[in-house]
Amino acid sequence: MNLLGSLFQSSIGKKLLMAFTGLVLFGFVTGHLIGNLQIFLPPEKINAYGHMLESLGAVLWLIRLFLFACLVIHLWLAIQLTLENRAARPVAYGVEHTNRATLASRLMARSGLVVLAFLLFHLAQFTVRIGHPEWSEHTYQLANGPAVRDVYNMVVHGFSSVSVSVFYIIAVGLLSYHLSHGVVSLLQSLGLKNERWTRGLEGFAVAYCWGYFLLNAAIPLAVLGGFVQLHS
Amino acid sequence: MVAEKPSKKLFSVTLRVWRQPGPAAPGKFVEYPAANVNPDMSFLELLDVVNDGLTVKGEEPIAFAHDCREGICGTCSCTINGKPHGPGHGIATCQLYMRSFQDGDVIVVEPFRAKAFPIQRDLVTDRAAFDKIQQAGGFISVRTGAAPDANSIPVPKEDADLAMDAAACIGCGACVAACKNASAMLFVAAKVSHLGLMPQGQPERDRRVLAMVQTMDAAGFGNCTNQYECSAVCPKNITHDFIARLNRDYAKALFRTRFKPVSGAAAGGAG
Amino acid sequence: MAKLESKTPAGPLADKWQRHKTEIKLVNPANKRKYEIIVVGAGLAGSSAAATLAELGYRVKNFVFHDSPRRAHSIAAQGGINAAKNYQNDGDSVHRLFYDTLKGGDYRAREANVHRLAEVSVNIIDQCAAQGVPFAREYGGLLANRSFGGAQVSRTFYARGQTGQQLLLGAYSALSRMVGQGGVELHTNSEMLDLVVVDGHAKGIIVRDLITGAITRHSADAVVLATGGYGNVFNLSTYARQSNATAIWRAYKRGACLANPCYTQIHPTCIPVSGDYQSKLTLMSESLRNDGRIWVPKKKEDAKKNPADIAEADRDYYLERIYPSFGNLAPRDVSSRAAMRMCEEGRGVGETGLGVYLDFSDAIKRLGEPAVRERYGNLFDIYHEITAENAYQTPMRIFPAVHYTMGGLWVDYNLMSNIPGLFVLGEANFSDHGANRLGASALMQGLADGYFVIPYTIGDYLAGQKPGAKTLTDRAEFTQAEQNVTAMTQRFLSNKGKQPVSHYHKRLGKIMWEHCGMARTRAGLEAALQKIPALRAEFWADVLVPGSADTLNQSLEQAGRVADFIELGELLCRDALTREESCGGHFREEYQHPDGECKRDDEKFGHVAAWEYQGEGQTPLRNTEPLNYEFTKMSVRSYK
Repeated sequence: MNLLGSLFQSSIGKKLLMAFTGLVLFGFVTGHLIGNLQIFLPPEKINAYGHMLESLGAVLWLIRLFLFACLVIHLWLAIQLTLENRAARPVAYGVEHTNRATLASRLMARSGLVVLAFLLFHLAQFTVRIGHPEWSEHTYQLANGPAVRDVYNMVVHGFSSVSVSVFYIIAVGLLSYHLSHGVVSLLQSLGLKNERWTRGLEGFAVAYCWGYFLLNAAIPLAVLGGFVQLHS
Repeated sequence: MVAEKPSKKLFSVTLRVWRQPGPAAPGKFVEYPAANVNPDMSFLELLDVVNDGLTVKGEEPIAFAHDCREGICGTCSCTINGKPHGPGHGIATCQLYMRSFQDGDVIVVEPFRAKAFPIQRDLVTDRAAFDKIQQAGGFISVRTGAAPDANSIPVPKEDADLAMDAAACIGCGACVAACKNASAMLFVAAKVSHLGLMPQGQPERDRRVLAMVQTMDAAGFGNCTNQYECSAVCPKNITHDFIARLNRDYAKALFRTRFKPVSGAAAGGAG
Repeated sequence: MAKLESKTPAGPLADKWQRHKTEIKLVNPANKRKYEIIVVGAGLAGSSAAATLAELGYRVKNFVFHDSPRRAHSIAAQGGINAAKNYQNDGDSVHRLFYDTLKGGDYRAREANVHRLAEVSVNIIDQCAAQGVPFAREYGGLLANRSFGGAQVSRTFYARGQTGQQLLLGAYSALSRMVGQGGVELHTNSEMLDLVVVDGHAKGIIVRDLITGAITRHSADAVVLATGGYGNVFNLSTYARQSNATAIWRAYKRGACLANPCYTQIHPTCIPVSGDYQSKLTLMSESLRNDGRIWVPKKKEDAKKNPADIAEADRDYYLERIYPSFGNLAPRDVSSRAAMRMCEEGRGVGETGLGVYLDFSDAIKRLGEPAVRERYGNLFDIYHEITAENAYQTPMRIFPAVHYTMGGLWVDYNLMSNIPGLFVLGEANFSDHGANRLGASALMQGLADGYFVIPYTIGDYLAGQKPGAKTLTDRAEFTQAEQNVTAMTQRFLSNKGKQPVSHYHKRLGKIMWEHCGMARTRAGLEAALQKIPALRAEFWADVLVPGSADTLNQSLEQAGRVADFIELGELLCRDALTREESCGGHFREEYQHPDGECKRDDEKFGHVAAWEYQGEGQTPLRNTEPLNYEFTKMSVRSYK
């Protein structure tokens, strides 16, 4: 079998791809969070950042395409693996017993699905701006540069809705939960883990996921709490 | 870990056993009371006693797989209260003693369940898939008589010890039975790692891992989702680190065999 | 009367095998694929033979009653495998291994066979290391050795406490490779129930598929039996529960002679019996005797005390006392009987009084607990699982148990029985251990037979045979054998008895252990020869076998095996009765030295007794093969 065939069809190949695409998406959400945290700085910062990204042009689209491909592969394989795994035990045990599989690991498909739903909503809301075409119009004058899209106000507008914020917090919560298994698991799948550093790794994963959740949740909470307000 | 010598008080339990007359027949749980259980009895000895009782009553005894009864042949394979090989750590079913249970317990006994391990009767399953995986590559090709002196290839003690950890696998299939996905990764990982850690196993390393994984996939096992239920029930405490090693070996083998130059004569062989 | 020619080659002892190999006939490579060989059993001997014969080009069919060849009971050997490598530079040599094995066998084995075993022992280690067997290593990466009972050199190779499993997995991997290549046709869950002899030659077997119940005929140009020993005739033993003598017993009934059945080995270090539900006895590797010290209290009244409360001065380290030069490493039979004598004196320990202490406190003091754990950790764990006692803190209790049978089907130097074309390997034959087997020699013999002897000697037979046994399955001999098997099955299933099979197995075991166990007497054996036929009659009248013939039916499997054990038990007692001497694993109380050691009678019994079946209800015929020692003097075996 050729390389791509083996990767997409063998059990370990699929896991390698799951891990690799998972790693890419992990990198993306981490970077995305760091970018978003600029909401706590003067509007100048995040708007300049947004403008920088948009001005990448074709490169931005390449990155988007790559991320999208990773997402599709991650999703497609997740569905396949789940179906295969169900088929591998046609008759269930009379007594279900779990020794040490974590709840997070057992809910990967479900947490992943909610995150996916949120992702679609999130893209629709902030990237495509469905329902709020006016958000595309608002501009912000950078101190030493052009007038750019006003990302800052868009975020504040978006999170002014309690229901949107609640959905956001739930989704990043589940994403953190998804990552708490995924971060450690992907290293196992890539063959980069052993018990000598598992403990440290698991500690890191827990700290990371809490941090990821709290920092993400801080954004809508800050908006709702009035700590981050529309700039003039 | 000093255990107190338990008092030899006899007790009673109820066995709730999966009965299935044949591979295609439907199965169901049937309850059998067992009295006068001695805590020093092994679980399989209790099944012997129950079976003798059934026989005398004119019923068919419970079919269960067993042989060495000392935890090394890997034949015995009961899932007890949902856990392959039952309560306890690092033991096979035959090494489970009734002192692990208490008076009045209901003990649910099932076969190892997996599509790749079809039930033959009651608690007996067909684990030939493991043999198939071994036949695909679980060996070092050495013709009898062709071996060099045993000490001509030194093996670092650390590697030999680690290889031995993997080689301790008794091929019982508890890893498959415990895995939520009925994956055979721990078994294959143990086999691949044992041979892959020995210098003698290097020439066939890539070919071995690719062939064994391919056969494993074809047998209908599920995929590893890194939950480590397998190593939690392994009677030989084989660690899931070997699965990481297997993943690594597989990835390396995939890329190496794709990009390594191949001799033009490779297909011909020696005439 | 069977013709028993040992076919031992002439010439100096050390040259016999080399010379024989160059003189025997060969089958040319192109012709090998025309020959079919049936190998029954897939333990060390069976799988190594099947793999090697297939490598040579023969078409091999391998039958195992287990669900996988890897489960054969060779897997349970813990301690190690001997080889005259002399890697320790401690004076070992092929001759010394030969001599130790011959002496260990109390001079009741063929000199030439034993020498060949010692010669090929070195090749076995090479072969296994090349297969990737993870033997224990020194830090320099070279192989480690330990010492074992009956030897004064360190020549035992080992793989943690699982040497048997690792060697079997090596042989199994070689077999799997040949199955994958199509050289071996593997039949699992397939039990041989009869041997088919056509025109005086072994030409096939009748097999029952244990899952579907189907009875099938299989023909071949030669049949190789590697089906293990018959120790389960004692019911309680260290054998696997399914280990059985059916293959060799049915071959015996087809005319193969069964040699020296009374040579049964009792292993000194097993975990004592705890109750009558007991299904098996667990062995603790003999290697424990390297560092453990065996003792009982000096005073009877201390026997029930907590061992910690017995002062050092009140302990009798009886092996060290009686056998100062070998001490705790005295051979198995010697130390087993010593333990029995201690218990007879009322100094046995544990609830039943049938046990002695194996104490590691000195070793722990000397080496530290981690070192002891590294060497024996898994054995201590096994002990803890079974007894719930911690042997790092309190001495183990051990007692002898049936462990190995030196007797088996008679074979010549080529490992062929008196039925031409029927070869017998490993524990199933009688050949190399004489009256007693030394520790770490069973693995050696199984692999020697399979890897390095049969591949040569079977060719010598086949070269004289026209290939093409395939066409034989329609012959009357096959039909008759199949009918035999079916009739026996029907008889069991239609019997309206009252007792399960296990009931008879337990009773047989009690008779055997009581009258034909560690110490035997004329009166006891004569009593057994009354009791066993009576038991047999009762078995056939009153055994209850539920279920049907066309499904997985474990009661039916067991019934056939126990029926054979009952008959074999009788022969075993008969052999023990006629052998009026003590040697190795056969101890007759009437024949002992004043110190309780075996008193051999080389004049009258320096021979192999090979029993020949004479038909149902007839007393079997005792043939003899004299043991002509050309190079060694049969001397008194002393370990003092």
